[in-house]
Amino acid sequence: MKIGYFPGCSLDFSAKEFDTSLQAVATSAGMELEEIKDWACCGATSGHATNHLLSIALPARTLALAEEQELERVVAPCAACYSRLATARHEMAEDKKLFSKVTGILKRDFTNSVQVMNIAELLRDNLPAIKEKVTHPLKDLKVACYYGCLLVRPPKVTGFDDTEDPSSMEEVCRAAGATPVKWNKRLDCCGGGFSLSRTGSVIRLGKEILEDAQAAGAQAVVVACPMCHSNLDLRQKAIAEQTAKPLEMPILFITQLVGLAMGISEQILGLNRHFVSAQPIIAKATVKALPAAREEA
Amino acid sequence: MSRIGVFVCHCGENIGRTVDCAAVAQACGELPGVVHSIDYKYMCSDPGQALVKQAVAEHKLDGVVVAACSPHMHEKTFRKTVANAGINRFLCEMANVREHCSWIHEDREEATQKAIDLTRFIVEKIKHNVPLEPIKIPVTRRALVIGGGIAGIQAALDIADGGCEVVLVEKEPSIGGHMSQLSETFPTLDCSQCILTPRMVEVYQHPRIKLMAYAEVDKVEGYIGNFTVTVRQKARGVNASLCNGCGECQKVCPNKKIASEFDAGLGKRPAIYVPFPQAVPNIPVIDRANCALYKGRARNAKKDACKKCEEVCGRKAIDFDQQDTFLTEKVGAIVVATGYQLYNIKKEQDKEAISGYGEYGYGTIPDVIDGLQFERLASASGPTGGKILRPSDGKEPKTVVFLQCIGSRDPAKGIDYCSKICCMYIAKHTMLYHHKVHGGQAIVFFMDIRAGGKGYDEFTRRAIEENDALYVRGRVSKMYRDGDVIKVLGFDTLSGEPMHIDADMVVLATAMRPQPGIESLAQKLSVSYDRFGFINEAHPKLRPVETNTAGVYVAGACQAPRDIPDAVAMASATASKILGLFSASELEREPLVAQVDQGTCAGCFHCVRVCPYGAVEHFEVKDRKGNLIKTVAQVNKGVCQGCGTCQANCPSKSVELQGFTDQQIFAAINAF
Repeated sequence: MKIGYFPGCSLDFSAKEFDTSLQAVATSAGMELEEIKDWACCGATSGHATNHLLSIALPARTLALAEEQELERVVAPCAACYSRLATARHEMAEDKKLFSKVTGILKRDFTNSVQVMNIAELLRDNLPAIKEKVTHPLKDLKVACYYGCLLVRPPKVTGFDDTEDPSSMEEVCRAAGATPVKWNKRLDCCGGGFSLSRTGSVIRLGKEILEDAQAAGAQAVVVACPMCHSNLDLRQKAIAEQTAKPLEMPILFITQLVGLAMGISEQILGLNRHFVSAQPIIAKATVKALPAAREEA
Repeated sequence: MSRIGVFVCHCGENIGRTVDCAAVAQACGELPGVVHSIDYKYMCSDPGQALVKQAVAEHKLDGVVVAACSPHMHEKTFRKTVANAGINRFLCEMANVREHCSWIHEDREEATQKAIDLTRFIVEKIKHNVPLEPIKIPVTRRALVIGGGIAGIQAALDIADGGCEVVLVEKEPSIGGHMSQLSETFPTLDCSQCILTPRMVEVYQHPRIKLMAYAEVDKVEGYIGNFTVTVRQKARGVNASLCNGCGECQKVCPNKKIASEFDAGLGKRPAIYVPFPQAVPNIPVIDRANCALYKGRARNAKKDACKKCEEVCGRKAIDFDQQDTFLTEKVGAIVVATGYQLYNIKKEQDKEAISGYGEYGYGTIPDVIDGLQFERLASASGPTGGKILRPSDGKEPKTVVFLQCIGSRDPAKGIDYCSKICCMYIAKHTMLYHHKVHGGQAIVFFMDIRAGGKGYDEFTRRAIEENDALYVRGRVSKMYRDGDVIKVLGFDTLSGEPMHIDADMVVLATAMRPQPGIESLAQKLSVSYDRFGFINEAHPKLRPVETNTAGVYVAGACQAPRDIPDAVAMASATASKILGLFSASELEREPLVAQVDQGTCAGCFHCVRVCPYGAVEHFEVKDRKGNLIKTVAQVNKGVCQGCGTCQANCPSKSVELQGFTDQQIFAAINAF
């Protein structure tokens, strides 16, 4: 079945590798992604902070476009996009007045029927297909799955996993052969949109998160949000100034991890675009290829 | 020709504001058969009732219609009034012009017309009323008390001391309930066991109390004054009449690693055990799920694995083949006093509506315990001998965080209510901790301190002011284990500051919930319960210990969260109600029950099938020589609740509900 694809601004630019890795993994696992034509900003950061109606109407327009393309489900890989789309859908479903107000603004036929998914949910729901395509299981790799704040919250809006004790990312990592570690900060905030305005806070939060992941034995942190990725990857240099020795913790998008296990090339997965090198992990993936995959190569 | 009086009540402004009561009285005065019709501001008041009485005498009334509030409110009042005036009380009926009219309408003219109509229907109905006499039923002056906690013990002792016999059924091996697990009790800090165990012994020795421990109510039949209860006596594996409670069997039992229920999982017990040394009765029980012999037998082992207890028992009291037995008891009243269980924060819950605390690790973090576990740590008879030591490594915790309202007052967790006792017992815990661990710091996160009660607020103030407990108004958002400590992340809402505490132990004041299985027990007793499983009282203010089933009473924490003083007060109240009930040899019941016309009854017994109360029986009609003519239906007037289901279902219209006969109902409908 076709799944609507809402890349959002991050995946179009700063997190291009999230987009390419997702596309590659989806193709490999037989998921047909169809980009929503003429999609617009989801309204994260400034949009939802300034005007409530705008914050609902912006994602509603995207959802209406998806309906026009006869898509039943839309995946929004960016956690902020996902949150905005899912919140708009939820609020319009709960509040009939708001819904009619928004449809009045959109001037489109819109029934609010599109289901909104995030990347962890999409991969988890397609685990059998993914497992089938895993040729390079990441056997000795210990990963810390980092959900951040928006992926599973608030429970009424998300609802695909346990808000306080989620497991979908771990399930996906296990399918890729990796070993998820138990750690404490997987639901903590990375600082999100304060990356530029309050960099000090973002560095402090990132340090706490990465140190906890490292203490738990993780060799990499797996994320499902471009904002989390940027804060943990880009700011590691600044974090290193406050620690005895650099953390050198590779931050991977969950699609990159799955892509590695599927034997997809690092160029396509965009692993060269990170500030902290992912080479140690790439080595693991290539060395540990399944016999069948080696023969093919 | 009827001589009916109509009395229209204003109910102050309640009816008078919307309904023109004088116009109703005037219109009704013109109805055929009505000889007297007046309105008055408060008909239920003394002068109002005097008006009714006076009218009955002056106008020789043979029917009284009071147009006022719901019959639920004042039917009894006015029926008593007319009875005092000398006519049968079932010749008085009420027309509900308040709940059914004035309270729900705004248009005065239309409401007045509706009030006239409602009253007119009842006037037509009452023309067909006949005098009825109350039903008299015998009373078995013997009570059943379900639950042997402090509420059940108190109820049993009070009833027995009042001169009536009591059967006390307890599902655990010993009576005593949760109170026996407590260390000290608020607000006096007297030792729980010291005040409870003498009461337990009193129960055991009382000549009028039959104690059935390790037993459960299996079936309840009958009605007020005449219940027949089947009790399942669970097999102890020990012959209670031979055992002298020496305890040798417990010493030799090889499996001593079973988590003790009495110690809230913190201590260990053998497979053959009494829950605690002061148990009443002091007779052990074999825990079949953990006994090697029974486990072997379940696997069809050829030889019994272990019989050490049997070998050592000098009284030959061990009986491995003992089976559950069923006993039938006849009682006249029942007290439900099944108490509570504590909510747990685990992911899996027994009810879909209730959820756990993922933010606190769903109960997987070591040294996060609940209030009852802390009681056991603080108790001199507990697993640590009264020393506060944390369960994981036996170290003395120097910082203990207490969290109130865990589950309670949180609709998101499915428990909306306040558990009432936690504010007090947490204050007590901080005091006990302060006394036992010198230099230790107790930190309490609270939402509100609810300490209503005699000496209660003074008690919590003492915890704060004299025992150095640090009270923080706020919630804890997250807890996790970090090395040796539990990281507690909370928020002080008074200072507006986040708080990060490294705690050695955390105590959760988890919510009080009714015992598991309360719903099925309530169904056996035909009493209603709320969505949390608490038994509903008949009226929250005026009938707090009665249920909606006559003869069944409720005491203690199975009705709502209760502390010991509350539970004891309720228990004594049930005893007083029951002794009142037992004071007469016969009970009087409203005669509003179904009656079968045995002349027309064809004996199809459809009524037997539809009756929800099992009140319809078979009756053999015989001629003078004793030959069977036919079998017909007969209603047991003691059991019938007057619901009318049989009347509606009878194909030959042979059943009539007294007070609501077809003739009466059709007369009212035809008046429309």
